Amino acid sequence: MELKEKLVSSFLAFESTVDVKNPLHDIRTKAIKDFEAFGFPTKKVEAWKYTSLNSVLKNDFALFPKSEVAIEYKDVKKYFIHDLDTYKIVFIDGVYSSHLSSTTHDKFDVCLMSSALTQNRFKAVIDVYFNKIAKQDGLVALNTAYSKEGAYVYLPKNTAGDKPIEIVHFSTGSEDAMLLQPRNLIVVEDNSEVTVIERHQSLSENKTFTNSVTEIYAGRNAHVDYYKIQNDTNSASLIDNTFTDQYDHSVASVHTFAFGGEITRNNLNFTQKGQGIDSILNGVTILEGKTHVDHNTLVEHTEPNCESHQDYKGIFDEKSTGVFNGKIVVDQIAQKTNAFQSNNNVLLSDKATVNSKPQLEIFADDVKCSHGCTIGQLDESALFYLKTRGIPEKEGKALLMYAFANNVLDSVKIPQLKTRINALIAEKLGVSIGFDL
Amino acid sequence: MSKYTEDDLKKELETKEYEYGFYTDIESDTFPIGLNEDVIRAISAKKDEPEWLTEWRLDAFKIWSEMEEPEWANVNYKKPDFQAISYYSAPKKADPNKTLDDVDPELLATFAKLGISLDEQKKLSGVAVDVVVDSVSVATTFKKTLAEKGIIFCSISEAVKEHPELVKKYIGSVVPKTDNFYAALNSAVFTDGSFCYIPKGVRCPMELSTYFRINQSGTGQFERTLVVADESSYVSYLEGCTAPSRDENQLHAAVVELIAMDGAEIKYSTVQNWFPGNAEGKGGVFNFVTKRGICENNAKISWTQVETGSAVTWKYPSCILKGNNSVGEFYSIAVTNNYQQADTGTKMIHLGKNTKSTIISKGISAGKSQNSYRGLVQISPRATNARNFSQCDSLLMGNECGAHTFPYIEAKNKTAQIEHEATTSKIGEDQIFYCNQRGIETEKAIALIVNGFSKEVLNKLPMEFAVEAQKLLEISLEGSVG
Repeated sequence: MELKEKLVSSFLAFESTVDVKNPLHDIRTKAIKDFEAFGFPTKKVEAWKYTSLNSVLKNDFALFPKSEVAIEYKDVKKYFIHDLDTYKIVFIDGVYSSHLSSTTHDKFDVCLMSSALTQNRFKAVIDVYFNKIAKQDGLVALNTAYSKEGAYVYLPKNTAGDKPIEIVHFSTGSEDAMLLQPRNLIVVEDNSEVTVIERHQSLSENKTFTNSVTEIYAGRNAHVDYYKIQNDTNSASLIDNTFTDQYDHSVASVHTFAFGGEITRNNLNFTQKGQGIDSILNGVTILEGKTHVDHNTLVEHTEPNCESHQDYKGIFDEKSTGVFNGKIVVDQIAQKTNAFQSNNNVLLSDKATVNSKPQLEIFADDVKCSHGCTIGQLDESALFYLKTRGIPEKEGKALLMYAFANNVLDSVKIPQLKTRINALIAEKLGVSIGFDL
Repeated sequence: MSKYTEDDLKKELETKEYEYGFYTDIESDTFPIGLNEDVIRAISAKKDEPEWLTEWRLDAFKIWSEMEEPEWANVNYKKPDFQAISYYSAPKKADPNKTLDDVDPELLATFAKLGISLDEQKKLSGVAVDVVVDSVSVATTFKKTLAEKGIIFCSISEAVKEHPELVKKYIGSVVPKTDNFYAALNSAVFTDGSFCYIPKGVRCPMELSTYFRINQSGTGQFERTLVVADESSYVSYLEGCTAPSRDENQLHAAVVELIAMDGAEIKYSTVQNWFPGNAEGKGGVFNFVTKRGICENNAKISWTQVETGSAVTWKYPSCILKGNNSVGEFYSIAVTNNYQQADTGTKMIHLGKNTKSTIISKGISAGKSQNSYRGLVQISPRATNARNFSQCDSLLMGNECGAHTFPYIEAKNKTAQIEHEATTSKIGEDQIFYCNQRGIETEKAIALIVNGFSKEVLNKLPMEFAVEAQKLLEISLEGSVG
C-alpha cells in the first residue's frame, strides 16, 4: 500500500488513541482531509525542485510503535549536552520517556504536548496558539492530523528561562521503518527569553522518517534562541517544518547544524509582525556519503524597520548534495527593511552537488536587501602556507573548513554547546584537534 | 553624450506620450485570423518554401498543439487567443528584386520618423540594415560589401531559397521545435527574420543590424533569426525594435539562434522599445522570446540587451558553453514603468572545461511595474574549472513597484567557482541632495544616477546603440519620480 493511503486509512486507528470529543480534534480531521488533497510534495513543486522524497516514501513505515523500549541514560549520555544543566524533554520512538526527562511547571511550563492538548489548564494558551501559523502544505497537514505528542514550552510575560531546554528524539529501531511526527509549540510572551536545543537521533540502522512541526511565538521584546543538531545516521530522514511569528522588537534566531541524515529538509519560515524585529537564520552543513540536506527558508517582512540575517555555510564531500532555497519577501509597507542573505559552499568531490536558489521578492523601495552566493574550493595557497608551518594536509584542510564555518559557529551563545559542535565537526572531518585554540 | 542629455531630454520630456506610436497605412496582404495546418501550408506556399521546411513547420505545429502555455513566470496577463491572430502579413508592394528606390515612400517616411532613415544609415553610420516591417524584409543594404567577404546576410526566406543547405543544417539546432511553447509556435508560423553566415576566419567589417516593427493591427510577429559564425570569425549583430501604439495586445514570439564555432565570437545587442501600454496598463506588446547560443571550443557569445518596452516581457538569452575554454556573457538593463512586467534573465550552461560566464543584470522598476531577474547557472560534472560571476542589482523608484530575483545555481563539479550577488535599493536621498546642491534638478539628477547605475551594461553596447539606449532609459522613467 502506498504510504499516503496507509496514512489516510490509519487515521481511524489513531482516533481511538485521542479524545475525539475535544474541539481540537476538528483541527485533526480537517488536516487529514487537507493531506489527502495535497499528498506528499513531488519534484514538480517548485519548492521541492531539488529534493525528492521518493526514496524515503517507498519504505513501509510503522506509524505507531508496538512496544516501548527503555534506554539507559549512560547509553545515550553522549547525545545530551551532559556538562550543561538543562530541562529535558526526551522521546523514545515518539513516546515520552519520563525517566530521561526533567520538566517543570514552576514559573513557566516545559512539558509535553500530550498534556497541553488534553488538560484544561493549558487550554487558554493552546486555543490562542496551537496550529495558528503552520502553513498547511501536505507534510504539515499530515503532522497536524497526527499531532499528539511533542514538546510544549510556555513562558508567560517577563520570564527568563533559567536554563536551556533540550528536546531529544531517539528512535531505537524496534521497527524496521518508523515514522515519527512530533509536534512542538514554543510560546514566549512579551519580555521573556528562552533557549532550546533540539536533536533527533537514531540508535540503529533501521529507517526512521521524522516529519516534525514546530510553532514558535516570540512576543514583544522576546528573545528566542533555537539550536537544531542534525547529526543523524544515514538511514534517518528528517523534515523539519518550523514556523516563527515575531512581534515588536523581538529577536529570534534558529541555528541549524546539519551533519548527516539520508534526506534532511529544513523548512524555516519567519513572519515579522511588528517593528524593530531581528530574525537570524544560521546554518552549517558538513556532509559526506550519500546524504542530502535542503535548507528552505522564508522570511516575510510585513512591517517597517526590521532586519533579517541569513548565513548558511556548506561543505560537501563524496556523493552528498546540498540545497539552499532562501526567500526574502518585503511587503510594500515594510520600508526601511534590512534583509541579508548569504550562502557559501565548498565542494570537495566531483560527485557532490550544490543547488542554490537565493530569492528576493521586494515590493518596498526604501530597503536594503542583498544576497550573495558562492561555490568554490579551499584556497590552495592557504593550505600550502599551513603545510609549510608543519601542519599536515588533513589537519590543514580541517582548519580551513573550520575557519570557513566560523562566522556561524561564533553565533552559538552557550559555550558547552559550542564545544560539543566543535567536537562533532572535528569528528566529522576525521581530525583530533580541538578547535578552541 | 552629455550634449544630448542637455538639449534633447528637455524636448523628450515635453512629449510624454509614446513618441513612436503612430501607424503607417500600407496596404497589407494579410491572412484571415486563426491557426491550423492549412494556414501553415499557406504561409509556406506563399513563401515558396521547399517541402522539408513545410514538413518541419507542420511538425512544430503538432508539437505546439500538444503543449500548454507556461505559467511559471512571475507575470500576470490575459492569455492571448492564438486563434484570433493573423499569422501572415506582408506589405503588398514588396518585391524580391527591389532596390531601395522601390521601397514604398510611405514606409521610408515611417523610418525617417523613427530616426532610422535608410539613406542616412547607409551613408553615415556604415551599418547594413535589413529592415523588417511586418514580417517581410523590404530592403537589404550593403549586401554587396558583405558579399565580397563571403558574408551572407539576408532575410531567412531568402536564405531558405539560396542557401538551403545552411538553413537546413542549423535551423532548430540550438532552439529545437520542442523547446518551449512559444518556440514551437514560432517554428510553425515564422514568417521572416534574418539569416547571417560569417565564413571561416572572417571578421565582419561592420555592425549588422535589423530593425523590427510591428505595424499591422492584429498581426503577431514571429521572427526567426539565425546567426552562424564559422571558425575564428567575428560578428557584431544589432537588433532594435519599436512598435506603434495599439489598444489590443500584440503578441511577439521570436526565436534567435546563435552558433559560434571554434574560436568564433558573436556579439548580439538588442534595444527593445515596443509599446509598453499606456499609463493605465492598457495595451502593449507581449514579448515572449527564446534566444539561445551555442559555443564550441574557444568561442564566445555575448548578449547585451536594453529592455524598456513591452507590457509583458519573457526573455532569457542563454549560452550553452559546449566547447572547452568557451565564454558566455550576459549584460542586461531592464526598465519597467507603469504597469509593465518583465521576467528576464539568462541561462549559462557550462558543459566544456575552463568555461567562463559573466552575468550583469540591472533592473529598474518604477510606477506599478514588476521586474524579475530569473537566471540559471549550471555546472555539469565534466565542466572542470568552470567560472561564473553574476551580479543582479535592482533599483526601485516609488513604493508601488516590485523587484524580484530568482537565481538558480547548480554545481556538480568540485572545481567550479561561482559567485552570485544581488542587491536591491533605491536612489539615496543623499545622492539627490548632492546633485541638487550642485544645481542639478531632481529629474535630471535621477537620469544621471540611473545612467551611472546602468553604466556597466551601457558600456557594452556598440556606440550607435549606447546613445539610443541612454535616450530610452530617460524616456521610460520620466514622470516616475515621486
